[in-house]
Amino acid sequence: MDPRPLESLEPHVIDIIPGGVSPMPQSTTMGNLSIAAPHHERWGRKTFLGLVFCAPLILIFLVLVIYPMLFEIYMGMDWATYPAIFSDPIFIQTLWNTVLFVGIAVNVKMFLALTLSGLFNMDHWLVRILAGVFLLPWAIPSLPGILSFRWMLNGQWGIVNKILNDIGLEGYPWLVRRPTALGAAIVYHIWKYLPFWTLIFVAGRRAIPKELYEASDIDGAQPLQKFRFITFPMLQNLLLICCLLSMVFTLGDFVIIKIMTGGSPGDSTHVLATLAYRYTFQMGRIDWGVGAFVTALPITLLFIFILIKKVK
Amino acid sequence: MRLRGWRKFLFFGACVAILVWSLFPVYHMVTLSLVPESELFKPSLYVAHPTLDNYLATVQQTNYLVSEFRRQLLNSVAIALMTTAAVLFVGTLGSFALARIRFKGSRFVSSMALFTYIIPSSFLSIPFFKLMADYDLLGTKISVVLAMITFTSPYAVWILWDYGKTIPTQIDEAAYIDGAGTLQLFFHVYLPLILPSMFAIATYAFLYSWNEYLYAVLFLSGETNITIPVGMGNFLATDNPPWNILMAESVLYSIPPVILYYCFRRHLLKGLVAGSVK
Repeated sequence: MDPRPLESLEPHVIDIIPGGVSPMPQSTTMGNLSIAAPHHERWGRKTFLGLVFCAPLILIFLVLVIYPMLFEIYMGMDWATYPAIFSDPIFIQTLWNTVLFVGIAVNVKMFLALTLSGLFNMDHWLVRILAGVFLLPWAIPSLPGILSFRWMLNGQWGIVNKILNDIGLEGYPWLVRRPTALGAAIVYHIWKYLPFWTLIFVAGRRAIPKELYEASDIDGAQPLQKFRFITFPMLQNLLLICCLLSMVFTLGDFVIIKIMTGGSPGDSTHVLATLAYRYTFQMGRIDWGVGAFVTALPITLLFIFILIKKVK
Repeated sequence: MRLRGWRKFLFFGACVAILVWSLFPVYHMVTLSLVPESELFKPSLYVAHPTLDNYLATVQQTNYLVSEFRRQLLNSVAIALMTTAAVLFVGTLGSFALARIRFKGSRFVSSMALFTYIIPSSFLSIPFFKLMADYDLLGTKISVVLAMITFTSPYAVWILWDYGKTIPTQIDEAAYIDGAGTLQLFFHVYLPLILPSMFAIATYAFLYSWNEYLYAVLFLSGETNITIPVGMGNFLATDNPPWNILMAESVLYSIPPVILYYCFRRHLLKGLVAGSVK
């Protein structure tokens, strides 16, 4: 097992840590002017060449991203949709579910990831073995993992209730009650994505200059003080970016709810994407489906805007 | 590192908890895949009479629910490979322009790449579906491949661009002095130098499309046209699916990504956040 599996990551993470502690020179993003063309040709030939090389990419962006996006916004401007979906109690409940799902899953996951990154940053033989096993949930595709959870939580034949019975407790119909069904989706989300974010924070911790800790040792700082005054401030920006990014990703999640609960019991556990799917493809109301996504678009675009500002 | 007293206790406690947390659902999947039908409804932490029958049933397609397993496997592989090839093509060209040529419009390309990377793919699913329907592409592999290219090429461009930037510009100048054209520079200088990153991109694109569920379930239909995850999702529509066979299929389907993740984990980690977030 590789003792420091993340070394290659460090320079990247360093760049998003405040204070500019990067040992690498800040790369000149667009400054690599390499095609030696005469000065007067600067805009003509280079722009032409650049656009030719980017042509497939630009085509994809125009046809498969911008056009669908504008089309969605255009369809979402049918104002008759919103009174209709906002008077649907399932839609209101779905908005709450989405807020709960994103809010709880992402925040609990990030808190655990930040905590565990301290453990995985330790130099111990057990940690090295553990780091390999810990990656497994991240490597397994969604469908098999969710299906395994679903059968584990089955009220009649699931292993969870069997264990509860064995220790003298009553079983519970986990996926048949709304709170626990949503909870199962949240637990699966954390199970699947915790390893990835933990390793990101491990890389972040390793990018913090050792001198800061050495200096604090001389001053007699305790471990908690080191976290409070060195680790956390140095990781703050990375943490914010990771939280925003993960929230946007999770906001559009479809597969977890679709496979874990299918929206049941009684359409009470839908999130935006699964309800939009139900509206569009099972009820034939494409305008409602689009409306569901467009409702979440302002906040999504705001998050994306903040992220692009933070990142660039 | 030496730990003493309550810290040692806490450390080992945390390690055991993480081990159980990470492995239990996987252990559950594997044991269930080895359970004979007679024991499926007797939950247990271990398998009393393990059997490979479920795997045989899946591979030989003897159960009605896996009657097209090999065909679906082929569909999954085909879609993943087509996506990989296309993303390598789009990504290497685009990253070359961004990293080595200063041109008008490069800001548009890089911003759009970041935007497409961040926006949840499901938000585009309805207009994307309509677009595919308008061009009569529903039910074809191409429709899924197009969606996969859209959502994986931004990452590809960012990672390759990031790597391409680190190549000294003197190399380009030397090549020009020797009389190389832009295309020669691309093929003979740029591509060989970014080869290591191309492996990472290829892995990412392959895994992304291998794991994709939403766009595959939207665009594909019919037992012989769908991919493995769509087939597995369809299990749930039946009243009493044989979960032991479903889990055997799950294990088989998980093996390629697990191998790829463990081989390429450094590269995959490097980009997913860091590359896009830089």
